[in-house]
Amino acid sequence: MTATRDAILNRVRRNLGVSGTDVTRRAAVADRITRAPAGVVPARGQLDPADRVALFVAKAEGVQATTERVASAADVPAAVADFLRRHNLPQRVRIGADPRLAGLDWAVGAGVEVLSGPSDGSDLVCVSHAAAGVAETGTLVLTSGPDNPTTLNFLPDVHVVVVDAGTIGGDYETVWRDLRARLGKGVMPRTVNFVTGPSRSADIEQTLLLGAHGPRSLHVIVTG
Amino acid sequence: MTAHVITSPRFKENAHEAMLSPPLQKAMGNVERNFIERRAQAAANLPEFEALRDAARDIKTHTLKHLDLYLEAYERKVTEAGGHVHWAADADAANKIVLDICRKAGARTVTKGKSMISEEIGLNGFLEANGVTPVETDLGEYIIQLRGEAPSHIIAPAVHVNKEEVEAEFRRVHTHLDPKRDLSEPTSLLAEARGELRQKFLAADVGITGANFLIAETGTSVIVTNEGNGDLTQILPRVHVVIASLEKITPTLEDASQILRVLARSATGQEMSVYTTFSTGPRRPGDPDGPEEYHVVLLDNGRSAMLGTEFEDMLRCIRCGACMNHCPVYHAIGGHAYGWVYPGPMGAVLTPTLIGVEKGGHLPNASTFCGRCESVCPMRIPLPKLMRHWREREFERHLTPPTARWSLKTWAFFATRPRLYRLATRVAMGTLGMLGRGSGRFRSLPLASGWTKYRDMPAPQGSTFQAEWAKRRRAA
Repeated sequence: MTATRDAILNRVRRNLGVSGTDVTRRAAVADRITRAPAGVVPARGQLDPADRVALFVAKAEGVQATTERVASAADVPAAVADFLRRHNLPQRVRIGADPRLAGLDWAVGAGVEVLSGPSDGSDLVCVSHAAAGVAETGTLVLTSGPDNPTTLNFLPDVHVVVVDAGTIGGDYETVWRDLRARLGKGVMPRTVNFVTGPSRSADIEQTLLLGAHGPRSLHVIVTG
Repeated sequence: MTAHVITSPRFKENAHEAMLSPPLQKAMGNVERNFIERRAQAAANLPEFEALRDAARDIKTHTLKHLDLYLEAYERKVTEAGGHVHWAADADAANKIVLDICRKAGARTVTKGKSMISEEIGLNGFLEANGVTPVETDLGEYIIQLRGEAPSHIIAPAVHVNKEEVEAEFRRVHTHLDPKRDLSEPTSLLAEARGELRQKFLAADVGITGANFLIAETGTSVIVTNEGNGDLTQILPRVHVVIASLEKITPTLEDASQILRVLARSATGQEMSVYTTFSTGPRRPGDPDGPEEYHVVLLDNGRSAMLGTEFEDMLRCIRCGACMNHCPVYHAIGGHAYGWVYPGPMGAVLTPTLIGVEKGGHLPNASTFCGRCESVCPMRIPLPKLMRHWREREFERHLTPPTARWSLKTWAFFATRPRLYRLATRVAMGTLGMLGRGSGRFRSLPLASGWTKYRDMPAPQGSTFQAEWAKRRRAA
C-alpha cells in the first residue's frame, strides 16, 4: 500500500522534474490552501439583501422549484399545511431535530402530523431547513446531521425546504466563508448538499423529465 | 458482463457502420441540436464566463505542477475525517481494492453512481466475475448496463438509444411487472426505472461513486448529478467507495467553485447541476444517516506518465463533454465508433495515452481540425494540437499506412524544391484539365480512390494557385 503510494508520488515528482521537499513549492501549496483565494465571482449576486432574495427566488423558479415567502418562521407550519392541501397530499411530513422546525407549533388548522428522524424511503413529504441559499443560481445549501438528515433531501417525492432570507448570500464563496466561521478552517460537515431545483434526467432521447431518483418536486419557503 | 472490448483499432469500419445507421444518425441530430444551443445560451448569460475559463485553466495548471503536494494534503485530510485512502497504480490494482472492500463488507450487490473511471477500469465486469453484482443507477448507465454496452457519451451515456429500445429492454428485464403496462412515453419509462432502482438503493451493501473533484483543503469528494442517484448511492449503503483519478485534485472549495461555474454550463447548458454534493469522511457521531465507512481509491493508470509531457494539458479535463457535443466527427459517427470508453476529441487525445497508440492511433486522425472543441473547452485544452502530437508520434513509429507515408514523402520532395513543385503542379493540372474536359469531373482516379469512392473529383480549370497568386500580385 505504502509502496504503491510512494511509487506514484515519486513518478509524479520525477515526471514534473521537482522535489517533494522544495520549500518554495511547499509554501505555494500551503499558501493557496490557507488563503483560499476567491477568484472570479460573478457580479450578478452582488446585490443588496432584498434584491438578492428576489434573484434567488427567480433563479430557483427558473429551474422548476416552486417558492413562497412568509413573514416569519412561525408561519411555516401553516404554509406547509396549505401547500399539502393544494397538492392533495396527506397532512403528514417528516423533519429532523432542527429546532428551527421541531420547535414550531405544527398543530395548525386540522394539524400536520410530524414524524422525526431519517427517512427509510416511505415518506411522501419531508421538510428540511437549509443552512443557506445562494442567489446566483437559486441554490439551496443543506448540511448533514441530526438536525437535517441527508435522507430527507433525496428519498421523498416532495421536498419542502425552509430558508431564512437573512442567510441567502450572493455566491458560493459566501457559503464557504460562513461554514469556516462556524466549523473552523478545513473542517466540513459529513455532507454538504447544493440543491438547485428538483431531480431530473434527460437520458431518454434528451427529453427533460423531472423526478428521476430524487424528489419529483421542490418547494422553497423563504422566511423573514 | 464487460462491455469494454477495445475496438478502436477498427475505427474506420466502426465509423462506416455508424454512418449507415438511421437510428444513430437521428440520435446524433439530438446532440447537435440541443447541447450546442444550450451551452451558447448559458455562456452568453454569464458575463464572467470567459474570465472563469481562464481562472479554471490556471487553477488546474497550478495544481498539476504541485500535484504531489496536493495529493499528500488531500490524503491527510481524508484520514483526519476518518476516511481511508487507497492508492492504485493501474486498473487491476483499483479493481482488486474495490473488490476487497466489497468482500470485507460482505456485499452481494453494490449500487453505482455514474463514473467514467469505473468504465475505464472495467469495474463492473470484474465485480461480476467475482460474485458481486454491480447495479448502475444513473438512468442512462442503467440502460446501457442492461444492453451490455459501453457509454457512447461521457455525460449522456445512452444518447444513442431511442425510447423504443429502452422499452424493449425494460420489458425484457423487468419480467415481474405487468406485461400489458404502457411504456410508450419517456415519463413512464423513467417512473419504472425509479421504482426498480429505489429497491436496489435500499438493499445495497456498498455504494460506489466517482468524483468530479477531490478537495485538498478539506479531504472532500464532490459529485455533480441531476438525478440524485449518486446521492442515494452514497448515503444509503453502509460503505461508500469513491474511485477517482489523480488529476481530480483541486486545492480549495473556492477553486472547485470556480470550475463548477464552467462545468454545467459547458456540459448541459445548466447554470448549475441539480445536485452538487460535498462528502467528507464517514458518518459522524450523532448522525442519523450516511455511510459508516468512507474509502477513496486514488487511481494513477497512466496519469503520472502524462505529467511533464505535451499531454499534460489533457489532465485539466473535467469531463464535461463539450468537445464531443461540438465535434462534426462525433456528430457523424457517435461515441461507440471510437471503440473504447472516451469518445470525441477528448477521447481522441486520451485513448492513445491509456491504451497505447498502436490500438488508439486512428482516433487522433478522426478530426477535421476545425477547432470547435478547443473553442468551447472550459479548461482551454488545446485539443487539436494534442491530436497533432499523436499524429506525429504515429508517423514516427511507422504506424501510418505505407501509401500515406509514401505520398507524404513524395509531396515533401517537391514541396522543398519550389521550382520543381511549380512545374509538376502545372503539368499535372494541365493534363487533368485536358482529360476531364468532357464532363468536368472524374469518377475514378489512380492513387485517389479513397476520394473518388465517395464523390467525384472535379477537373481542374485555369492555372495553378501559385500562378494565379503571382498574377494577382503583379496586377496589384
